[in-house]
Amino acid sequence: MAMYDASDLKKGLKVEIDGEPYVITDFEFCKPGKGTALYRCKLKSMMTGSTMDRTYRPVDKVGKPDLEEREMYYSYSNGDSYIFSDSETYEEISINAEVLGKRTYFLIEESLCQGLFFNGKLIDIQLPTFIEKVIAETEPGARGDTASTNVMKPAKTDNGYELMVPLFINQGDTIRIDTRTGEYAERAAKG
Amino acid sequence: MQTELERLTGAFRFRAKVLSAIRSAFDSRSFVEVTTPVRIAAPAAEEYIEAPQSGAFFLRTSPELEMKRLLCAGMERIYQIGPCFRAYETGRLHRTEFDMLEFYMAHADYRKLLTMLRAILIETAWNVNGCTKLKTRHGEVELDTNWDIIPVRQAFRVFAGVDADEAAQEESRFEEILTEKVEPRLDPSRPTVLIDYPIRFAALARPLASDPTLAERWEVYIGGVELANTYSELTNPQIQRERFAEARATRTRLGMAEYPEPVNFLNAIDKGMPESTGSALGFDRLVMLLAGADSLSEVSFPLDDEN
Repeated sequence: MAMYDASDLKKGLKVEIDGEPYVITDFEFCKPGKGTALYRCKLKSMMTGSTMDRTYRPVDKVGKPDLEEREMYYSYSNGDSYIFSDSETYEEISINAEVLGKRTYFLIEESLCQGLFFNGKLIDIQLPTFIEKVIAETEPGARGDTASTNVMKPAKTDNGYELMVPLFINQGDTIRIDTRTGEYAERAAKG
Repeated sequence: MQTELERLTGAFRFRAKVLSAIRSAFDSRSFVEVTTPVRIAAPAAEEYIEAPQSGAFFLRTSPELEMKRLLCAGMERIYQIGPCFRAYETGRLHRTEFDMLEFYMAHADYRKLLTMLRAILIETAWNVNGCTKLKTRHGEVELDTNWDIIPVRQAFRVFAGVDADEAAQEESRFEEILTEKVEPRLDPSRPTVLIDYPIRFAALARPLASDPTLAERWEVYIGGVELANTYSELTNPQIQRERFAEARATRTRLGMAEYPEPVNFLNAIDKGMPESTGSALGFDRLVMLLAGADSLSEVSFPLDDEN
């Protein structure tokens, strides 16, 4: 495996530890008391999202992960598997519901996504940042609060995703959801 | 939109104020401000500090050897504020080019210097900010109070349950314990001094008379920032040669640049260096602390190797 020297480490760099890809989310260069340098990292797993701290010495080597991004279209679901097809080869690759989490609610057929491959295996999918959904259920907002975006109320989309929306959103409205956070972004223009 | 330099103009004015306050603190104590070359033939061989090359010469990592030659020449109280260079050191508290405040005092030891530096910092904070409290990422620090003085062995034993001398045997282990176990346990509300280091961490310091396995060295931490390193200086030319030889061997083993022998310095201490004490204080870090800033980049002109 290709390796990084400890001195190559910096915030945002992707590394491989114990066969798992991590991204460095926080980095500090230390050099206590005229001694050797230390490279202190906070790391986040690109597969599970779990975090850990590691300190590297100058002589340490850190694995360079084999990562690749490819454009994929979402095709269909089959039980707990979600099938994406490679935009160039049309090869179909499935990814488990567990990896996608609540993002399963945001999948739209034939939408263009970014697949992240580690050692040739699909480990994560980045969806389009915003998708549109129709609100199927929500209580009408109280009068006088229609302009406020600060006060939120519960709502449910037509595919059963539950989120908080501003009071002025009504049943039947189309809204945009930020797929990175799963939160309400704005009301879509009426078509 | 403001440019980076436009945003920094306030910091540069503040820096000038600190510079002037520091100069008056030293001048009033009969210190003479000196200037020694930045580009030198032979840096002090220290194990983990790399001097950038400049043609056949090097850019100094500190003005130590040149200022000690001035002590040998009979100057008794000297200080210098100027650029120093350390390759590969970039971070929140490190820059490859930075200003060092370095000062030496003959016929005194490291404890005497501690008393003086404490007074200088209190005076400087007062003159610059009108108060002696500093705002840091770890909360407020009061300078005008008793400073904690903790021997390194005790700090390792109490805060980390580790024997400092054992930790010193393994490359990087001493540094890891210091960074991860000891530093986070220091009282953040006052300056803390770690004192009396295992001798291998003090290439140019004098051994303690009572225990030659320790060196007369201290470092002061303020708000988690290592601000100044101080020695009772090693004046014995024979031991100094041995220390340089050891440091050179380590440097060769680590694949670091080979330095020529600092002939002028060795000739000077052969003729006799007075008992003295000296301190190297990161001037940019001092400006940062006085400004209540959290990184050197907030108070320094951007370097071309920083992005």
